[in-house]
Amino acid sequence: MAVVTSARKRVMNRMAIAAIMVIAIIFLSPLYWIGSTAFKPRSLATTVPPTVFFQPEITPFIKLFTKRVQLTKPVDPAVYEAAPWYEKRIYDGGERILRVGPNIQLSQYPNRFLNSLIIAIVSTALAVSMGTITAYGFSRFKMPGEADWLFFILSTRMLPPIVVAIPMYLMYRTVGLNDSHLGLIILYTAFNLSFSVWLMKGFMDEIPKEYEEAALVDGYTRMQSFFKIVLPEAVTGIAATSVFCFITAWNEYAFALIMTNRRAQTTPPFIPSQVGSGLIDWTVIAAGTLLFIIPVAVFTFLLRKHLLRGVTFGAIRK
Amino acid sequence: MAGLATLHPSSRAVARGWSDLTIRNVFIIPTILFLIIFNVFPLIYSLGYSFTDFRASVNEPVKFIGLANYRELLSDPRIWNNFWVTAKYVMVSVFGQMVIGFGLALLLNRSIPAKGLITTLLMLPMMMSAAVVGLFWRLLYDPSWGPLNYVLGIGDFAWLSNADAALYAVALTDIWMWAPFVMLLSLAGLSAVPQHLYEAAAIDRAGTWYTFSRITLPLVAPLLLIALIFRTMEAFKTFDIAYILSTQPTTELVSIKLYKFAFQEWQTGKSCALAYIVLIMVLAITNIYVKYLNKAKER
Repeated sequence: MAVVTSARKRVMNRMAIAAIMVIAIIFLSPLYWIGSTAFKPRSLATTVPPTVFFQPEITPFIKLFTKRVQLTKPVDPAVYEAAPWYEKRIYDGGERILRVGPNIQLSQYPNRFLNSLIIAIVSTALAVSMGTITAYGFSRFKMPGEADWLFFILSTRMLPPIVVAIPMYLMYRTVGLNDSHLGLIILYTAFNLSFSVWLMKGFMDEIPKEYEEAALVDGYTRMQSFFKIVLPEAVTGIAATSVFCFITAWNEYAFALIMTNRRAQTTPPFIPSQVGSGLIDWTVIAAGTLLFIIPVAVFTFLLRKHLLRGVTFGAIRK
Repeated sequence: MAGLATLHPSSRAVARGWSDLTIRNVFIIPTILFLIIFNVFPLIYSLGYSFTDFRASVNEPVKFIGLANYRELLSDPRIWNNFWVTAKYVMVSVFGQMVIGFGLALLLNRSIPAKGLITTLLMLPMMMSAAVVGLFWRLLYDPSWGPLNYVLGIGDFAWLSNADAALYAVALTDIWMWAPFVMLLSLAGLSAVPQHLYEAAAIDRAGTWYTFSRITLPLVAPLLLIALIFRTMEAFKTFDIAYILSTQPTTELVSIKLYKFAFQEWQTGKSCALAYIVLIMVLAITNIYVKYLNKAKER
């Protein structure tokens, strides 16, 4: 009996593993598609049947970073010979890079990418530092109506972005914060703050109170014990919370779409806005998307041990 | 550290610095104030506007019209249709995520080579920007050369501009993004089921289905419930993925309608009223969600 069961179990196990492999490949194929399209020659991006094997090239990334126009007549061979390698690639595709004097004109992509970086980093720093001290406060001290305050804090996270965006848009318009970095930084800080409080409270609750009590007996003040004992213990939590907040701010679309259009526009509304303009070059869109999601992919791997905690606001720690 | 140890006892009262009460207030109050200023205050502002005919695009005096906006919205069959579309979307996408996510977790809950790597890879979609995901699924769904139609062999079926299929296409993309979320929570639940229960069931010669329905499911249920409520709330709020994928009226979710009211038709007063209707619904779900989160915490 036992032998029969275990043999059956082994077969079941093998089938489950095979199924997982197949499903994982299907699941990840859209990601493969976006990644591979970013290295395709334009002519192979939209073929029937879809092109799976091809000679990868870097041209989409050159296009992503430069401003280009269609060539109206074949390029002068002498000019072509004198051009640097990346410009030749563009000539090969029937386009030329725009210049101001001798300088290459950059596309808007690097600027939008930089906006995303600035806004995500600053708002993360603000949300996590405020969240950390607030979480410490809730974790260590009695507070009348504590559960209600924590619910209030979490509920601000749950508000649909558009609902908040309507009055914020009007208020920003009055004070001139529309399409400014500061405007988005404030919104993202507010959005991430509740998350950061909840997640950090989970981490703070795990640091034994005895550590601080020992420090207090040794003559530390509360503040000193917070900075010298608690904060170093909470470093993992702070790092994980920061990465989550960064990803949220990095990915955010609705607020950015409504509040920005040029100066402070971030990458998520920028990439789709490029699709609307004329003939779509999907290789460039894919290249922009790939660069944009690489940081997220790296962070996901760094965070893998904390993902469960992060998506449940610190409630489930495993 | 050495300096601290040598503090004179009489200076202790000064060195002890802020009292616990002061620290608590200094640590907590700024956050609460910040949230009140940037979340509660704007909502009060928009509550006021919801009783007016304010239009942000024109410079006309604002008239107080009482509950007219709410009355108009609640008696408008098109708004009800937006809610119906949203309900359909929530049901399809959350159901898909629960089934696929839990199924994946059941498959993954055994010793598998490179299990950690596979799990993390499967988690990638949910960490990405919904706007960007929506955009590159447009490429996959393309009727004439999209790889999806080619693989499925269904010719030039136009997923996103077909009135009947578009909502399901959006839901499918959402399922792709968020099934891993359900999988993550289910895996946590499954790995917490004590092994000896299965051994006891095996000794009693309990069938696979019996073991599953009497041991596995009840023990994973609390986490599944949390996943269900959270995904329901998020799906209810969906904006970006549907907005980017399709312009079909059959995919016009409540939040898309809200966006159009506020920023395309500039019916600011009316949009504030609709925002409030949505807000109350979301807060109700949040309340339920937090209750179950706290329950899970106590375990």
